[in-house]
Amino acid sequence: MRSLVVAAVVLVLGVGSAAAQSRFVVHQEGKKFVPSKLTVQQGDTVVFQNDDAVVHNVFSETPGFEFNLKRQPAGSSNSTKFSRPGVAEIRCAIHPGMKLSITVR
Amino acid sequence: MRTGIVIVAPALIVAVLASAKEPPARRRSVERDARSFATQYRRPADIPNPATNAASPERLALGRALFFDPRLSRSSFVSCASCHNPAFSWADGNARATGDSMKTLGRRTPTILNLAWADALFWDGRAGTLEQQALGPITSAAEMNLPAERLVSRLSAVPEYVSRFKAAYPSEGITAATVGKAIAVFERSVVSGSAPFDRWVAGDARAISEDAKRGFVLFNTKARCSQCHMGWRFTDDGFQDIGLPGEDRGRGAIVKLDETQHAFKTPTLRNVSERAPYMHDGSIATLEEVVELYDRGGEVARPSLSDEIHPLHLTAAEKGQLLAFLRTLSSNDAAVAIPTLPR
Repeated sequence: MRSLVVAAVVLVLGVGSAAAQSRFVVHQEGKKFVPSKLTVQQGDTVVFQNDDAVVHNVFSETPGFEFNLKRQPAGSSNSTKFSRPGVAEIRCAIHPGMKLSITVR
Repeated sequence: MRTGIVIVAPALIVAVLASAKEPPARRRSVERDARSFATQYRRPADIPNPATNAASPERLALGRALFFDPRLSRSSFVSCASCHNPAFSWADGNARATGDSMKTLGRRTPTILNLAWADALFWDGRAGTLEQQALGPITSAAEMNLPAERLVSRLSAVPEYVSRFKAAYPSEGITAATVGKAIAVFERSVVSGSAPFDRWVAGDARAISEDAKRGFVLFNTKARCSQCHMGWRFTDDGFQDIGLPGEDRGRGAIVKLDETQHAFKTPTLRNVSERAPYMHDGSIATLEEVVELYDRGGEVARPSLSDEIHPLHLTAAEKGQLLAFLRTLSSNDAAVAIPTLPR
């Protein structure tokens, strides 16, 4: 398991790619995304960290950015990679007041 | 109904007798425990007032008239207030709403109390703003059944409405959008008054009973109600499948994900003891039965069932305390004046 995690980190860091790839952390805190706006580069990964005591979800219906990270228990994290430019609107399916806009350059 | 009374009444009697015998030190401890959660429930000082549709006396008066005007339905017989009746805490007291054609609809009428702070309106959250929400039932074929064009032409034929729209929205006049905007301004003014619970939050230790304080602690701890019914409105505006039987997909028909199936908006608990029956479909007649449902962990286990729903194992005394707390959320609001309508 540990070797798999290490392998994943190496891939995320972009071995063999022209540009360095980064990881950004967005917190789910007080039933809000913190921060609520984020700018990343193509190929970057965003980690969603649930700091609340309730289950959350992360999904996007923005054309070209569709994904659903399913239920995310309290204290857990999930991540997704943004591979194309544009603006992805991210929501929690359970708490619609949680709104995040990610600009991918 | 009879069974519910038989079960709950002894619990309340036991709890009341127990608290009457309690030593002062224990009472102080209950107050301290409850007080530790109080700050999360403090009422806001001001009503939100969006710059895109800021309130004004003209807009408020216009919105009030439109809200009570039955000419906003095809039959000219049903107004917004027919279902959102101020005498029933801005709902209708029925298990399910009734449309303009007297047909029973699929869901219960929700109260419009405190919507100025709300997010994602309707039981399924399909309206993003109060302005959008206000137009929804008017133009819905199942509800008030008045298409937008007919709404505008009907109001435009009433001289006083023409002048009042001109005063309220000088550059826009009578449009479907300004009807929604005016009603939204009025709806933002519908705020529940100060309840015994608010007076306790503000510092009056005697405003609610010892049982209610214990119920408030349970609400925030063992009973887990505050996972969703949080903040001074007692809702996070979220959507949960709480395990009620039925085919209605609720939020799942709007946001088509596994997580949203059979999920409905967490309703406010303000004035909750005045707003029976309960749940999105009015299927539960009493607050006692609602507590029993949550204590059992819902009725239906299915993949979309909320992770927040599971058996609570509350004792009879704890259920009584929870109910005592919920009853402190009712405000004794002044009677609402019905406006004289434009002719």
